[in-house]
Amino acid sequence: MTYIPKQTGLALETDLLIKQSREGACGVDLPEVSDFKLRTGQNKRENIGLAQVNEPQVIRHFVRLSNQNYSIDSGFYPLGSCTMKHNPRLNEKMARLSGFADIHPLQDESTTQGALELMYNLQNWLATLTGLGGASLAPAAGAQGEFAGMLVIRKALIAKGEKRNIVLIPDSAHGTNPATAAMCGFNIKVIPSDKDGLVDIEAFRSLVKEHNKDVAAIMITNPNTCGKFEKNIVEIAKLIHDAGGYFYCDGANYNAIVGKVRPADIGVDVMHFNLHKTFSTPHGGGGPGSGPIAVAKELVEFLPTPHIIKVGEKFELKKHKNSVGKVKGFNGQFGMHVRALTYMLSHGADGLQKVAEDAVISANYILAKLKDFYHVPFEGNCMHECLLTDKNQKAKGITTLDIAKALVEYGIHPMTVFFPLVVQGAMLIEPTETENKDTIDKFIETMIYISKEVDSNNGEKFHQYPLSTPRKRLDDVKAAKTPILTWVQAQQANML
Amino acid sequence: MRYLALTDNDRKEMLKTIGVSNVDDLYDAVDKEFLLKKPIENLPLHQGEIEVEKTISALAKKNRAASTGPFFLGAGCYKHHIPAAVDHIIQRSEYLTSYTPYQPEISQGTLATIFQFQSIISLLTQAEVANASMYDGATSLSEACLMSLRIKAGKKNIAIFNNLHPDYIEVCKTSLELNEAKFVERNNIDENCAAVIVQYPDFYGNIINLDEAREAANKAQAMLIVVVNEILSLGLIEAPKQADIVVGEASSLGVGLNFGGPLLGFFACKKEFVRQMPGRICGMTTDLDGKTGYVLTLNAREQHIRREKATSNICSNQGLCATAFTIHASLLGEIGFKKLALINHKKATELADLLGNIKNLKILNQNFFNEFTIEFKKEAKEVNKKLLEKNIIGGFADSNKMIVAVSELTSENDMKEFANALEEILKN
Repeated sequence: MTYIPKQTGLALETDLLIKQSREGACGVDLPEVSDFKLRTGQNKRENIGLAQVNEPQVIRHFVRLSNQNYSIDSGFYPLGSCTMKHNPRLNEKMARLSGFADIHPLQDESTTQGALELMYNLQNWLATLTGLGGASLAPAAGAQGEFAGMLVIRKALIAKGEKRNIVLIPDSAHGTNPATAAMCGFNIKVIPSDKDGLVDIEAFRSLVKEHNKDVAAIMITNPNTCGKFEKNIVEIAKLIHDAGGYFYCDGANYNAIVGKVRPADIGVDVMHFNLHKTFSTPHGGGGPGSGPIAVAKELVEFLPTPHIIKVGEKFELKKHKNSVGKVKGFNGQFGMHVRALTYMLSHGADGLQKVAEDAVISANYILAKLKDFYHVPFEGNCMHECLLTDKNQKAKGITTLDIAKALVEYGIHPMTVFFPLVVQGAMLIEPTETENKDTIDKFIETMIYISKEVDSNNGEKFHQYPLSTPRKRLDDVKAAKTPILTWVQAQQANML
Repeated sequence: MRYLALTDNDRKEMLKTIGVSNVDDLYDAVDKEFLLKKPIENLPLHQGEIEVEKTISALAKKNRAASTGPFFLGAGCYKHHIPAAVDHIIQRSEYLTSYTPYQPEISQGTLATIFQFQSIISLLTQAEVANASMYDGATSLSEACLMSLRIKAGKKNIAIFNNLHPDYIEVCKTSLELNEAKFVERNNIDENCAAVIVQYPDFYGNIINLDEAREAANKAQAMLIVVVNEILSLGLIEAPKQADIVVGEASSLGVGLNFGGPLLGFFACKKEFVRQMPGRICGMTTDLDGKTGYVLTLNAREQHIRREKATSNICSNQGLCATAFTIHASLLGEIGFKKLALINHKKATELADLLGNIKNLKILNQNFFNEFTIEFKKEAKEVNKKLLEKNIIGGFADSNKMIVAVSELTSENDMKEFANALEEILKN
């Protein structure tokens, strides 16, 4: 069979390394090991089954794979609630300093004072920005921050001798909120949203009245997942406090208000941060993140371990007597702490305020330009993200999914789709403050083009999009029906 | 401000299009008294790279990096050599700055890498399936416990068969307490046990025969969870194929110490339990053209679909760390992984020989991989203080025991210095 080369321009395809394996190849040079008596108490492990490839092969493979990836460095990434802002490279340089990258968490504290001071400073920034009493950097990601925060509330209530097991959560909340509350043993009561995309204040009042002494807390995202600042937040805070409960704030959308509003001022007791959202640490294809929490002064004693304290001139890793304990091993995602503090120092208090303002301006600009083409479910301006739906396009058989895939075809990563769940066909657009006007205008023009194509009955084609990407639409159903999760399973299923 | 993309002209134009005169008009839902005008006080204002670098570097300089002297600390976090290629690749924009692969058509790079990560973990552990990674070993063990409680519904005990890392115990206890479950000791394994946990090698470095634990689990009709927090050990000791679930720490490859974070938890299990696994999972499938590709799959377990009924609240994985691991493991390959493990063990036997000759020092382990425990008549903490005076970082102090770790980076000189110092300190 004559080989016919594919006309791809740049070659992006690469087989899994197990298929490129060549007997005897190795990507590292290690010294030969002369025979010696093993003291493992076992025979040597014979076979693992890993691929055998050399360094150039490995690099080429992962470089080609990387070329198949979209990233914020390569394009606009308007994912609502994800805050895909630019990841400054100074952060990367600082995190790699050997004084940070090459220290062990269990080293004597006298040998890691610089690291502890960094964590202390970061705790301080978070507490000062929010007006809250103290912070812990222990949780590994947002979901874990929620977990730690709810554990703090739970322990505070137990310490008061109160048995409260209801948590009130808006129906628009991110799935991690009810999942976390359930993990902490709470029962969830859902608060409906009103016609403005806000917490239904009447329904909320009723719920608080009904469950009164049983209400442990409210978990609320503000600005909320519809992109709106809860205008009744002060009343919501008062109601929950009067009932004896706590106000947990999901800080995923903090980018809209950082430096503009102090959460403690509006009644927040516990709040988590996503350092990988508001504070620019890179998303890395799915992690690592970091989810510190800040709490009101009266709750500091319950903070997860470790909490960094200053005793005289020394910094110490502290486990408070009433701490909720460790939520993960060692000290937290320290590498992300370095990046976040570097970012905060770069922006400063004045820069961070501008971050929020620009994020809000950009989202409202998009809203203003697209509202004549896409259905806007809730009146009024938005915060750092705007919410549209596919209602207008659905009439012609084009859904949010198709619009998203059309954007993919046109070289722009889609916005968050089908979230929040309470809005049909939701499209949540968050430009962030690191996109310039030209990029935003290009996005707007693309969205308008898509809308016009649908209007003039040219939208059918979107069902097949994307066409020009390394892969077209993939079969999710097949993937879930017959899970093939390893190359061994793939070989067994004749798919390799 | 170098990270802000709008100019003053842009802002003016955009505000005009929106129809307001001032950005604060967009914050009209905020009570006026709470909308800050000036930057928050007691925090510094913006700074250029030069200043920021100065400040942050000064903090880095105050720390004693592991490689600046003899180093013997392990206890769940191990110092290994990371090939130069790894960091170069993970700093590529497309890996570093990409999001979770929810749009698979433009995320095959991430997805194919995760698929290979899962494959490698599965091969090392001999567990049939693995997920896309967890925060760390401690939390992945916690999730394994919760999974066992779900599968063996009604049972409330989890037995610890041997010596488990104290951080892992503490992290698990929180979750167990919330589920009205508790840890029990090895001699309390009965039909109330949902799972039996074995650390392999254990916290003190001992390697036990897993058949014993498997039998105990079978008798109690419990799940067997094996915890491996030095993934490299699986290049020399037998895979824990007796396990129902294998969890632990894979950060020995690719990730580095980083003062304990980010780390890299892994989660693997028998394929019959795949729908009970927490975390993200990547699966192989085909696209509209029939080309092989990868997607995140089995999402119905996760929080964004099941909310309060999810298998876990976990949202993210340790993406970039899993990528680094996969690259490092690929460079090592079949030959290198086994050889590296062998070198680690050889270093440990050499150190054991050296230390074995010291008066007043006893080696407690019958067997070990690259970490073992020594005992003396003094407090290990005090011994470490004296070692530090000679710029030696000793092992993990546990009353009068010290858990000592080595790796391919430990030189003959390091070992001699350590041995000499110990001999002197323990003389009296």
